[in-house]
Amino acid sequence: MARNPLRPARFDDLGLRRALGDRMLPLLVAAMAFLAALALAGVVGVRALAAHWQEGAGAALTVQVPRPAGQEGGKTRLDHVLAMLRDAPGVASARPLSEGELAELLRPWLGAGADRVAIPLPGVIAVRLIPGAADTEALAARLAGAVPGTLTESHDVWVQRLGLLAGSLQACAWLALAVVAAVAAAVVAIATTAGLAARREAIEIVHGLGATDGYIAGRFAGRVTGLAAAGGLLGALAALPALLALARLAAPFAAARPGADPSGLALPAPLWLALPALPLAAATIGFLAAQGTVRRWLRRLP
Amino acid sequence: MVRLEGVGLQYRPAGTSRTAEDVLRGLSFSIPEGGFRWLLGPSGAGKTSLLRLLHLAVRPTSGRLTVMGTDIGQTERRALPALRRRIGMVFQDFRLLPHLSAYDNIALPLRIGGRPEGQIRADVTETLRWVGLDKKALSLPAQLSGGEQQRVAIARAVVGRPALLLADEPTGNLDDAQAERLMVMLNELNRLGTTVIVATHNDALVARHPGAALRLDNGRLLARG
Repeated sequence: MARNPLRPARFDDLGLRRALGDRMLPLLVAAMAFLAALALAGVVGVRALAAHWQEGAGAALTVQVPRPAGQEGGKTRLDHVLAMLRDAPGVASARPLSEGELAELLRPWLGAGADRVAIPLPGVIAVRLIPGAADTEALAARLAGAVPGTLTESHDVWVQRLGLLAGSLQACAWLALAVVAAVAAAVVAIATTAGLAARREAIEIVHGLGATDGYIAGRFAGRVTGLAAAGGLLGALAALPALLALARLAAPFAAARPGADPSGLALPAPLWLALPALPLAAATIGFLAAQGTVRRWLRRLP
Repeated sequence: MVRLEGVGLQYRPAGTSRTAEDVLRGLSFSIPEGGFRWLLGPSGAGKTSLLRLLHLAVRPTSGRLTVMGTDIGQTERRALPALRRRIGMVFQDFRLLPHLSAYDNIALPLRIGGRPEGQIRADVTETLRWVGLDKKALSLPAQLSGGEQQRVAIARAVVGRPALLLADEPTGNLDDAQAERLMVMLNELNRLGTTVIVATHNDALVARHPGAALRLDNGRLLARG
């Protein structure tokens, strides 16, 4: 005998293996898990891009010095500003752009002959700041005071706008995640209610034999939790190739990060943690929704 | 063991505005621990409703019902399952679970009670032998005759050694010889201390096994003793 028939291996007193089939519920939960994975990728991706932009733009400053060759305090105006910048606290480096670089910057607007145009070009200094250590406004005021006409352009406004956009995108992704979780809970509740209706007689018999609400709810929750976990696993596995493809498309924007995997199989670390969490989250939602549904339904019995 | 004081029961048809129907009215009697009662009366007299009350499947709508020292009308819902586990019930329509074998049907109350599997096997095997179905342990209800199903239902009701045993027309599907055998089993349980209430309209059976009787008609108690 392969199995002792008197042993309660997978004992299914309420007949839930048929009442709660192993197709529809896992597939629906898998679809929810797939959507949740995409939303999570949105959260993680937007956060990474926003951090990258902020890192790049937040620490940079552009200083324009009109009439750079003019004299101011015994030096050219450009050198004067340069010296002040190099002495200023919070400045990591200050480098004047060469005429070639300037021409390269202007080329989209003025064409290939930009260096021969008879417009007086200002001197441009690219400044890298030590993040958080510089007071840009005070620095701009001092430069303009010492060398009149000097313009200091901070990238703060753009960083703020990008930050706002990133924040909104992230909020949308979190909202999508919450909606997906709510729909998953509703799907489980509907499936459980159908199972309750299909097994009404068996439930009444078991109830009459002295089963507590906890016993009956536990039977349902056990079955539903397993099905939801399977669905969550299925959805996470299905989402993996999609996320890898998205990560590869996003790679150029987040490029030049040390240690980035050039093979294209790289996912941000938080996603590697979030994907295995999907079956767990699906199981938790399934357990809670089934317990709640069954216990509420059982209150009709004395 | 069981005490009723002016107990009434109404069924209010769900979702309709029809006035509630009185199925039991002003029932007062008590049965001591270890007592035996026939529950007699024509069909529709309220025998099954009274058994449902005693099985805690419904609560009285008036009066006071006390089962094993617990006031059923007052007690909390979550206190009832433990009480039900001490009551065995044989239903007229058996109410076996069709997808479970005879063994698993009989084991059900013990598993619900959380007994260890070793004890369950011993008790169920013994009870199967007691009702003469030890060869049919693995049969599904559909593979059993009406009389065999009824014996499974009886085995399920007694396997947990209930303090109170309720039986609704337990001989309905049995021939005379089997009915006799059943009465012998019920008497044996009663001698061992189980309070037994048997609803029937099998007058011949009652005549062969005279005992105290509750006689119902139209929801009222006609006679007792």
